Amino acid sequence: MHLRTIVWRELFERKNQLATSFLAILVGIAAIVSIKNVTFYSEKAVAKELDALGANILILPKSASLQDYYSADLQDEEFPEEYVTRLSSSDIQGLDNLSPKLSVPAEIEGRRFTLTGILPKSEFQAKAAWQGAGIFSRPQGCGVVATPTGNVPPAQETLVRRRVIDTLGSTDALVGADVAAVLSLKEGQTIKLLGKPFNIIALLPQTGTIDDSRIFVHLHTLQELTGKGSVLNAIEIVGCCNQISKGLVQKINRLLPDAKVVTVTQVVDTQIKTNRMMSRLSLIFVAIIVLVGGASIANYMYANVFERRREIGTLMALGAGTSFILKMFLLKALLLGLAGGLGGYALGTVLAVTLGPRLAGIPVLPMWSLAVWGTGLSLAIALVASYFPARRAAHLDPSAVLQEI
Amino acid sequence: MLRMEAITKTYDGRSRTVMGLRSVTLDVPKGDFLCVVGPSGCGKSTLLLILGGMLSPTEGQVLLDGQSLYALSSDKRASLRGKRIGFLFQTFNLVPYLSALENVQIPLVLAGLSDRSQKERALALLQQVGLGDRLDHKPSELSVGQQQRVALARMLANNPEIVLADEPTGNLDPETGEQIVQLLEEINHEGRTVVMVTHDPRFAVRAKRTVRLRTGSVVAEENKSPVPSKHCCSH
Repeated sequence: MHLRTIVWRELFERKNQLATSFLAILVGIAAIVSIKNVTFYSEKAVAKELDALGANILILPKSASLQDYYSADLQDEEFPEEYVTRLSSSDIQGLDNLSPKLSVPAEIEGRRFTLTGILPKSEFQAKAAWQGAGIFSRPQGCGVVATPTGNVPPAQETLVRRRVIDTLGSTDALVGADVAAVLSLKEGQTIKLLGKPFNIIALLPQTGTIDDSRIFVHLHTLQELTGKGSVLNAIEIVGCCNQISKGLVQKINRLLPDAKVVTVTQVVDTQIKTNRMMSRLSLIFVAIIVLVGGASIANYMYANVFERRREIGTLMALGAGTSFILKMFLLKALLLGLAGGLGGYALGTVLAVTLGPRLAGIPVLPMWSLAVWGTGLSLAIALVASYFPARRAAHLDPSAVLQEI
Repeated sequence: MLRMEAITKTYDGRSRTVMGLRSVTLDVPKGDFLCVVGPSGCGKSTLLLILGGMLSPTEGQVLLDGQSLYALSSDKRASLRGKRIGFLFQTFNLVPYLSALENVQIPLVLAGLSDRSQKERALALLQQVGLGDRLDHKPSELSVGQQQRVALARMLANNPEIVLADEPTGNLDPETGEQIVQLLEEINHEGRTVVMVTHDPRFAVRAKRTVRLRTGSVVAEENKSPVPSKHCCSH
């Protein structure tokens, strides 16, 4: 026989009390595990949707003002194209896509439009608003969750992007919807811009922004035509919302101190508020579980010590020291915490996986990290709540408990 | 072997102090069979608990082979009890959720013996007290006499030199009580020191020496036979 035999046998001696205490910790851990599980996937889903909105960070010349996000690049100030190299070669995390831009005014048939030079690969990726046309892929990397329903495989996405990059040659042009309508332009036509003929390879769908009044050509062709050299008006960045909330903008600011870095605050605020609400909700639940579970276990343990006074006194009379008695109760708490934690994880995961899609409308997968987290929390609650009752048991006066019976 | 020197024990009540023992001095030589008698509340159990290192006296000291018991920490006293002193209670105090065999194993677990040694020793002791066929029975499945015999086997598990029995026949019928006293006599004949508290005069006369207590004081002491010098229990 060992100490653990005594603990194990006693555990089932008072089944009703044990069941109540076990249920308190089981339900508590199950609730927190399911909330954390659903929250994790819901945050990912929100981040994915926000990232799908397109570019959310703009790099502008220091003196530029930002009155309209979509026309922010229509300013006279410029900065060197070398900023793109600095960004792409930096170790800053969360930059999903970079779209350098140079915009100049152009007059065609007596009407003023905007001629925008882009580096196609990055520009197209950033323009998620055009994805509806089925030509462009959405940015990849942040907010993308491996879901059981499945997404477009990354390799396929890359392929799609490459095709887009390859089609924009130095004399190719993409025409915005308003420009095409006003000038009655069609795909395959030739249009003369700044004295150079361009082939219209695609008419872009309506976006409802100033981009509808733009004609896109290759950045380097435009730089050459305007004689401005390697300069830009703006760099659009698709930044991961999670990373923006963790200070991505500040990091870019440090990297490019001579530029102005701005973000779409509403988008980021939404992400930050969502994350904050979820983490607060989790914290509130953790606090409730710690209080309710801890109080339940402490109450059970105090009652257990009281009921076992004679047994404790007898053990002491037989030679048990304080450490033996302390271990006897803490081992019991350990078993209770372990069973409550693992059971709570299993129950919470089943709840999250089955109810998550119905309540939050998102697919939820089991998270093994929560098993460690839930069991750790359960063990901590059980041990801390049992420490003082165990200590009381270990310091009982054996003569007093033997005399009173 | 055991010596109480001017032991006084008081209990602080709500409005007054209650006197448990009043300057009691008592010698218990090795191999003695001492019976402590007296009316209820005279301090018999208090005396036994103080002798066993379970209750600190208010004044005086208890010496075990010259070593002051209460100069030791409570954990050291517990360890000493586990090695040298065996307790037998009126209410048996068996652990209700453990079998007879496991109850006898408890002192052996505390002494750190291997599982096999524990079982061998516990089995031998239960056979010695006539319960070899009740090993897996829980206390609730045993008669009161059988429970007291399990308690006796448990008390003997660590081969104690001193046996302290607090009203061991108090809850038993006369016949079973007789069996228990006979077993205590056998234990004493083996050379162990026995101190038994009882208020039953039939069993008190079986001891070698009797001490009578009244309101916490020794009022009479009677010697019936010389204390044997036989040795036992090598510790």
